[in-house]
Amino acid sequence: MRAILIQILMLPLIAVAAGKEARFESAPIDPRDAVSIQRGAQVFVNYCLNCHGAESMRYNRLEDLGLTQQQIMDNLVFASDKVGDTMTVAMRRSDAKRWFGVAPPDLSVIARARGADWLYAYLRSFYRDDRRDSGWNNLVFPNVGMPHVLYELQGEQVLKSQPVPEIDSASGAGSFVLETPGKLSTAAYDRLIADLVNYLVYMSEPARETRIRIGYAVLIFLSFLFVPVYLLKKEYWKSIHQGAPRPN
Amino acid sequence: MSKARALLQWVDERFPLTALWKSQVSEYYAPKNFNFWYYFGSLALFVLVIQIVSGIFLTMNYKPDAQQAFQSVEYIMRDVEWGWLIRYIHSTGASMFFIVIYLHMFRGLLYGSYRKPRELLWLFGVFIYLCLMAEAFFGYLLPWGQMSYWGAQVIVNLFGAIPLIGDDLAVWIRGDYVVSDATLNRFFAFHVIAIPLVLLALVVVHLIALHEVGSNNPDGIEIKKKLDPNTGHPVDGVPFHPYYTVKDLVGVVVFLGVFSFIVFFVPEVGGYFLEDNNFFPANPLQTPPHIAPVWYFTPYYAMLRAVPAFLHTQFWGVLVMAGAVLIFFFLPWLDHSRVKSIRYKGPYYKIALALFVISFIVLGWLGTQPTDFLGSIGKTDLAVILARLFTVVYFAFFLLMPWYSRIDETKPEPERLA
Repeated sequence: MRAILIQILMLPLIAVAAGKEARFESAPIDPRDAVSIQRGAQVFVNYCLNCHGAESMRYNRLEDLGLTQQQIMDNLVFASDKVGDTMTVAMRRSDAKRWFGVAPPDLSVIARARGADWLYAYLRSFYRDDRRDSGWNNLVFPNVGMPHVLYELQGEQVLKSQPVPEIDSASGAGSFVLETPGKLSTAAYDRLIADLVNYLVYMSEPARETRIRIGYAVLIFLSFLFVPVYLLKKEYWKSIHQGAPRPN
Repeated sequence: MSKARALLQWVDERFPLTALWKSQVSEYYAPKNFNFWYYFGSLALFVLVIQIVSGIFLTMNYKPDAQQAFQSVEYIMRDVEWGWLIRYIHSTGASMFFIVIYLHMFRGLLYGSYRKPRELLWLFGVFIYLCLMAEAFFGYLLPWGQMSYWGAQVIVNLFGAIPLIGDDLAVWIRGDYVVSDATLNRFFAFHVIAIPLVLLALVVVHLIALHEVGSNNPDGIEIKKKLDPNTGHPVDGVPFHPYYTVKDLVGVVVFLGVFSFIVFFVPEVGGYFLEDNNFFPANPLQTPPHIAPVWYFTPYYAMLRAVPAFLHTQFWGVLVMAGAVLIFFFLPWLDHSRVKSIRYKGPYYKIALALFVISFIVLGWLGTQPTDFLGSIGKTDLAVILARLFTVVYFAFFLLMPWYSRIDETKPEPERLA
C-alpha cells in the first residue's frame, strides 16, 4: 500500500523524465567547469555581444567563476565602463530589424528556453546557402536571420544532400561537408562551442550552483528534523494504538 | 497566579482566546483512524501560507508592466537577495498546491466525505478549487513569457466563444483587444489581492463547516454517535491537539522534503512546473507552434480540444470544460450509496472511481501534447479520439453515479471505527 502511494506521488516526476524527447546530441558541457565557462564568456563577449544583449546579466556576476573585478574589466568588458553594468549592446533594435529582418533576441535566459543541446547543435549547423541574403542558412533553425558569425573559426560548410533534410534529422554532424577549413579544427571548434554553450547555460541561471549546494544542506537538515518529529508523534500515539488494533 | 496566567485571563475577559483554542483545537475531537490521505488538508493550508508569504516578497520586486515584467522576474532571480529561492518556492508552490488539492479531493471521493452532513463543507471546498484555478491562471500571466501570454490569450478567447456577448466580454476581461499591459495590470490586481481575499475567506468558512460537522474518516461512519457517557466525548475520537498536530507535523516535514527537492534540484520539473517556452519574453506578433497550459489545467484543456465545433462555434467545448469542473458541485446529491466509504462500497463504485482517476490522468497527459502526437485514424487525430473517449468516462463517473451507487452491493458499516 505504502509503496503504491509513493509511486503515485512520484508519477509526475517519472512522466517528466520520459516526456522530454531527445532530438539533439547531448551537449558535452560541465556546469562545474569554471574554466570552460570563462572561455565561453570570452567567446560570448567577443562574438555574440555585438548584436545580442544579455540585459539581465551583470559583468561583475562573473566573479562567481573565480575572476576578480580587474580581470573582468580587462578581459571581458568592452561595451561598457562599469563592472556592475548589465550586458547591453549599442545597436538600436530598429536598425537591427532592418539589417537582419528581426532584432537579435536577448540571450540572458536563452539556454533555459532552447536547452543546451539545441544551442550546441544550432551553433554547429550553419551552412552556405546562396539563396539567403546573408549567404548562410542553418539546419536546426531554417532561414534564421543570423549569419554565421563564427565562420572564420569553423570554416564554411555546405549541405551534403539537397534538398534540405527535415529539421529533426539535424544533429549537425554527418549532414555537412567542410568546404573551406577555418582557423580551428573541427574538434577545436566543437570544444569552443561547448564552452560557449556552457557559458550560456551558466548565464541563464547564475544561482544554479548555489541552489544545489544549499539544497543538500536543506535536505540533510530535514532528514535530521524528521527523527524527533516522528518520535514525538509515536510517543503521543502510543496510548491510542494500545486500544483496538487499526486496520491496514 | 503567574504573570502569563494573569495576562491570559485579562485577554479571555475581552476575547474568547482560551475558549476558541479549546473548542477548535485542543477539544476538537477527530476520528482516531486517519490514514495517509488525511495529511493533505493540513498540507493545503501549509502551502497556502507558503504561497502568501513568498508572494508578498515577490511583489516587493516584481513590476506589473508589459515592458518590465519579464526583466523584473530575472532581476529577482539574480539581483534580489535570495530572490531565486523565493521565486522557485512560489512557482513550485503553485504546482504543489494543485497536487495537494487533487489528492485532498480524491480523499473525499474515497471515503464519501461529501455525503450528508458534509454537503456544504464539500461545496465550500469546490469553491476553493475554483478560486485556486483563477488564482493560478491570473498568476501565470505575470512572468510575461510566451506561454504566459498565449495561455492567457487562449483562455480569454474561451469567453469570446460565448454566443452574442462573447466578443465584448473578452474585451472587457482583457481591457484591450489583445492581451496587453492593461491585462497584465488587472491580472496582477486579481492575483495579489482580489482572489487571495476570497480564497482566505473560503478557507475559513471551509474550516468552520468542518468543525461544525466533524471530520469524516476512512470508515465513513459518524464518531459522534458513540459518546463516552462519562466525558461526553466521542469514544473513537482524539483531541486534534496534541494528536493530530504532532501527526500533521510529520506530514509537513516529509512534504517539505519533497518540496525542497524540487525547489533546489529540479525547479522546472522538466518543463512541467516552469515551461521552457516561458523563458522567451512575450511576443504578441509570434504565436508559438504549440500552446499548452500548465499541467494542472491540462485535463480540462484536453476536453476543450476534444469537442468538435458545431453550428460554427467552439462554444460546446467551453461548455464541456466548464461542466467538468462545475459537476463536482453536484456530487453530494449524485451518490445514493447506502455507505460512505470505499471500504464498504461494492465493486461498481471501485471500478467507476478507478476509471475516473485513469481518465483524469490520461486527459491530463493528452492536454500537455499537441493533438497530432499519436498520429491519426482517418481524418481525426488519435489523441483527439482518446480525449473524447476519456471525456465520456469522466462525465459517466458523475452522471451514472445515481444509478450504479444505488444498485452496488455494499458491505455493512461497522458500529465503531474498525
